[in-house]
Amino acid sequence: MGIRILKGGMLTTVQDLGRTGYQSQGFSVAGVMDVRSFKIANLLLDNPENEAVLEFTLIGPTLEFTSATIIAITGGDFQPTINGEPAPMYKALYMNKGDILKFGSARTGSRGYIAFSSYLDIPVEMGSRCTNLKSRLGGFKGRKLQAGDYITFRIKRRYLPFFLSRELEGDNFDQEETVLRVIMGPQDDLFSKQGIETFLNSEYTVTSDFDRMGCRLEGPFIAPKDTSDIISDGIAFGSVQVPSHGKPIILLSDRQTTGGYGKIATVASVDIPKLVQRKTDHKIRFRAITVQEAQKLYLEEVKELDEMRKTIHQPCKEVLDCRLVAKRLTKLFEC
Amino acid sequence: MQNNIRILTAGDSSLLVEFGKEISPEINRKIAATVQLMRDQYIEGVVDVIPAFCSLLINYDPRVIAYEEIKERIQCLLKVEVKGSENRKKVYEIPVCYGGEYGPDIANIAQHAGLSEEEVIKIHSSRDYLIYMLGFLPGFCYLGGLDERIHTPRLANPRIKINAGSVGIGGSQTGIYPLDSPGGWQLMGMTPVKTYDPDREVPILVEAGDYIRFVPIDEAEYKRIKELVERGEYQCIVHEGEV
Repeated sequence: MGIRILKGGMLTTVQDLGRTGYQSQGFSVAGVMDVRSFKIANLLLDNPENEAVLEFTLIGPTLEFTSATIIAITGGDFQPTINGEPAPMYKALYMNKGDILKFGSARTGSRGYIAFSSYLDIPVEMGSRCTNLKSRLGGFKGRKLQAGDYITFRIKRRYLPFFLSRELEGDNFDQEETVLRVIMGPQDDLFSKQGIETFLNSEYTVTSDFDRMGCRLEGPFIAPKDTSDIISDGIAFGSVQVPSHGKPIILLSDRQTTGGYGKIATVASVDIPKLVQRKTDHKIRFRAITVQEAQKLYLEEVKELDEMRKTIHQPCKEVLDCRLVAKRLTKLFEC
Repeated sequence: MQNNIRILTAGDSSLLVEFGKEISPEINRKIAATVQLMRDQYIEGVVDVIPAFCSLLINYDPRVIAYEEIKERIQCLLKVEVKGSENRKKVYEIPVCYGGEYGPDIANIAQHAGLSEEEVIKIHSSRDYLIYMLGFLPGFCYLGGLDERIHTPRLANPRIKINAGSVGIGGSQTGIYPLDSPGGWQLMGMTPVKTYDPDREVPILVEAGDYIRFVPIDEAEYKRIKELVERGEYQCIVHEGEV
C-alpha cells in the first residue's frame, strides 16, 4: 500500500520544510530546496503545509504505485509520464494500483516535487520527516532513494472535493538569466566599496559545484577590505558567503549550521526557489533591496498561495455550464 | 554590556546579534545567558537560534513577527542584566582511554611537544574546557582553552574515516568526533560515551556554555563503560557548581 521505487534517479529524497530547532546542537536544517514548489504541491491536495514529499534532482525517479492515491507534481519539468502517457504538472492526478510514474531529465528547472494525498509513512525524527544526508538522519533510512525501496502510505485518502478545479498555472523555470534580490549583510562591511559594486553589477555563472549544501558561482572577484575571514557564526538559508578567493557561494538547505567566511548578503526568501531551479552555466545577477521590501515580498507570496488555495476550491467552470453537463450525461446514458 | 553589541540583518528571516569580535569566555557566557533568557521570555515567531563564539543568529518567521518588531524585542532583552546563571557551571566528565590503538597519533603529539605520552595525557585531562559552540556535525563541540604546550598541527593526510568517540587535537583545538567522519585531527584517545546518540531521548548531551572534563581511564574501564552505554544504562557524570 504505497510506492515502490523502480529507479532512484540522480538524487531523490524525502523532504519537508526541514528540521528546525536543533541548529544550536549542530544539526543542519535540510528540508526542501524550492519551498514554493513544495508548498504548491501540498496545496493542490489540501495536505498540511509541512507534509513530506519526494524531491528529485536533474534526473527523476520511476515509481510504481501499489495502491490508489492522488498526487501532484510541481517544480521543474522532468517530462513525467504515467504508464507511458504524458502526465500534466501542477494538477491533482488520480493514480491507480499498478500505475508507473516515470520522470526523465529536467527539461526546465533542476528540482521536482511529488506530493501524495495518502501521506508517506516516514517516521518523524526530531520534529521532521526530512532527510539529512550528511548525518544519515530522518527520511528513508537517512539516505537517498534507490531501486527496490518501498514506502507505504499513512492513510487512505482517495477523494478530494472540487477535483476538476485542482489545477494551477505552473511556474516558469525556462529563463537562463536570473536576478536574485538580496538583503545586504550581515558582514557587508568587510568588503570594499568596489567589492560591493562588483557584487551588485556583475554577471555570475552557476558552476557544477551545486548541490543541496550550496551553489558556487564563477565571476568577477569581490574584494574584501582586508580579509573576509570571520570568527565562525551562524548561517541563514540563502547566505552569500565570499571566501578569500572572492567568488560567492550561496548556502542552501544542507548548509552547515556555522561557518567562518564573511557573508556579504542574504538572498530574499522569495528568490531562493529561482536560484535552486538553475543549472550549470546559467547566469545570475544580484540586486539589493531592504529587509522591509523582502518581507513585503514574502507576505505577498503567502497571499498568492492563499489565492491559489481559493481557486482550487471553486466548482470547475465546466461543471457550471448546464449544456456541457447535459451533453456529458447524455453520453453516459448512451453507453 | 549592550554597548558593543550590534544587531545585523541576515536576510528577511534572520538577525545576527554580534556580541563582540573576539573569542572570550566572558562574551560566550553572555551569549549563553541570552539564549536562556530567550527561552524564558518566549518570543512568538522565533524558530531557531544558533549561538556561536561571539554571536547569536536568530531565525524567525516574518509571517508572525516583522523585522522592526523582533529587533526591538531583542534590544529590550539585551538590556536585562543577567546575573545568577552567569556564574553557574556545568561540567560533563568524558572518560577517555588514551594512547595505543585508541589514540594512534599520541606519539606524534608527544614528539611535537617534546613531552612524554604520560605528560600529554596529564596536560590534556587537567583542565575543564568551555564549550564555545556546537556546529560542523551534530554534537560537535568547539572547545576553548587547550594548553599551548600540546597544540599540534593537523595530519598532512587526513583520514577517510575517524570513528565516533575519537578524541583528538587539531591545531589549537581539541574535541570529540560525534559521528564517523573524515578528518585530519591527531587522534589521542577514545571515549566510550556517545556525545551524540539519535536513539537517546536527548540525542546531544551538552550545550554551548557547558564544560567538558576529560578523565583518563584504562582499557578495562573503557570496555565496562562501553557495555553500559550499549545497554543504555550509562549516566554521564555531571558536576554543577560555581565558576
